[in-house]
Amino acid sequence: MFLLKYILRNLFRHRLRSVLTVVGIAVAVLAFGLLRTLVGLWYSGAEHASDTRLVTRNSISLVFPLPISYLERIRGVPGVTTVSYGSWFGAYYKEPKNFFANYAIEPKGYMELYPEFTLSPQEKNDFLLDRKGCIVGQRLAKTYGWKVGDLITLKGTIYPGQWEFVLRGIYHGREKATEERILLFHWDYLNEAMRQTVPRRADQVGYFIVGVKKPELASEVALAIDSLFKNSLAETLTETEKAFHMGFVSMTEAIMIAIQIVSYMVIAIIMVVAANTMAMTARERIGEYATLKTLGFKGWHLAGLIFGESVIISFLGGLLGVAATFPAASWIETELAQFFPYFSVSGETLLLELLAALSVGVVSGIFPTWRGATIRIADGLKRIG
Amino acid sequence: MAENSEPIVRIRNLSKAYRRGTQVIPVLTGINFDIARGEFVALMGPSGSGKSTLLNLIAGIDSADQGSIQVADVEITSLGESDLARWRAGSVGFIFQFYNLIPVLTAFENVELPLLLTHLDRRERREHVEAVLNVVGLADRMDHYPAQLSGGQQQRVAIARAIVTDPEILVADEPTGDLDRASAEEILQLMDRLVQAFGKTVIMVTHDPRAAEKAHIIRHLEKGELSVT
Repeated sequence: MFLLKYILRNLFRHRLRSVLTVVGIAVAVLAFGLLRTLVGLWYSGAEHASDTRLVTRNSISLVFPLPISYLERIRGVPGVTTVSYGSWFGAYYKEPKNFFANYAIEPKGYMELYPEFTLSPQEKNDFLLDRKGCIVGQRLAKTYGWKVGDLITLKGTIYPGQWEFVLRGIYHGREKATEERILLFHWDYLNEAMRQTVPRRADQVGYFIVGVKKPELASEVALAIDSLFKNSLAETLTETEKAFHMGFVSMTEAIMIAIQIVSYMVIAIIMVVAANTMAMTARERIGEYATLKTLGFKGWHLAGLIFGESVIISFLGGLLGVAATFPAASWIETELAQFFPYFSVSGETLLLELLAALSVGVVSGIFPTWRGATIRIADGLKRIG
Repeated sequence: MAENSEPIVRIRNLSKAYRRGTQVIPVLTGINFDIARGEFVALMGPSGSGKSTLLNLIAGIDSADQGSIQVADVEITSLGESDLARWRAGSVGFIFQFYNLIPVLTAFENVELPLLLTHLDRRERREHVEAVLNVVGLADRMDHYPAQLSGGQQQRVAIARAIVTDPEILVADEPTGDLDRASAEEILQLMDRLVQAFGKTVIMVTHDPRAAEKAHIIRHLEKGELSVT
């Protein structure tokens, strides 16, 4: 009880120093938590991918198309339930900075394969019936203030020109991880325009989405599809949606590893800073520690004082960091919505934040504790006056 | 005075040297010295003569190279670190030149510190602390922090802390060295009262001849050797 009282009073002895240390640890813990969350989100697309959906694309590269004529042959493969297709459209809204994912798709099969994109029956019907119609996720609609019935004009990049669409529906993600910043429109609309303007680009798709009866059939069906087009002009590569996403993620894996290293470096740096602060504090109080030892207090009493202060300061920093994580995550989710479909910090990350703060307290307290607890009384007393 | 009583402190052939790199600097050489119970002894001498070192050795906060120190029949040179700490807590009261109070604790809490190492409960500790603060005349300042007290008052708190466990001996290292004349006189009177009224044994290191005059015996240390005045 006395130790705790003494520690708490010592905490407020150099208020500015204590506050700056607590804030420093809080910022480090916050940065650690946010960077960790960022890395986790990067892989979340792959983690949430369906295991009953396959993606068939050109085996050379995703940028090379496949003929639409493959559709019926893929549909005929045993184990396949539904097949849809699409092409990356790559247009932007008004200015290049207003960029978001947009795809030309075959809508009926697509809506069956992606039940996580939830639309009202009315909106779904309106979209299916209108060749110029499009649907957008609610986050995207909110960003640009779009309402159902609005005319949206996109500027094409891969497919040059002004492209007009009528907004027929705003979908909601069934799960939190569902991407809500996508625009989807009829592939037929794109193909018709290609037939008229660039016929050599007509009747081609970027990929097929293939639904399979059960996950266990995925590899068998993938092999069957690829064998269908072996030695053709456009050989295919079929893989699960998860593997497909991981292909993208792996391209940036080095960056993600670098971010992870940075998150640990942040904690290491604050550890050194906190250790220096605690060493400075212990050095200033060495005369007091010697006095306490003179009075009969033992090394472990002093160890409790110094170590306790270090751990309490770090824990307070950790709590502040964890508390700041929620508004920071909310701010990122709102302000950087074009980069992150959602930005929720997991319970595991919050726990790790606290553990990181505690480890800062433990590590930074070791040297000052050892120094304070083992000080020779006569040497310590000489520091006074 | 208790000149003929059994010595409470018995020092035999005590030697101590400091090492600075490879150089050995002798501080005390073959000291033999007895202090009777209830005596007020002043140790004087020039800087570096070893008087503070001798005081530290008697108080068990430094270790001798050679020789014996018995305090109330306890051979303290043979005690380990932990036993020595326990012995200090119960047998020695310390009064320092710069008071050495803990700045974040009140006068009451500073005086209570040594009692935290005893088995006394909270109520008993309070009774002890209030009693000694009364003795030093600071009962009305018990909730003040050291920074809110004058130098003389801080030293009185330090004296209260030194006597709260009713130790065998009191050791004082330049107890008036940081005080003005009036405050120094008050402190010396208080120490004299502890000897006269409470029978305490006081060993005081001082440079101040006026302070030494209060002692029953003055011992001079010169180049690590003792002489009697």
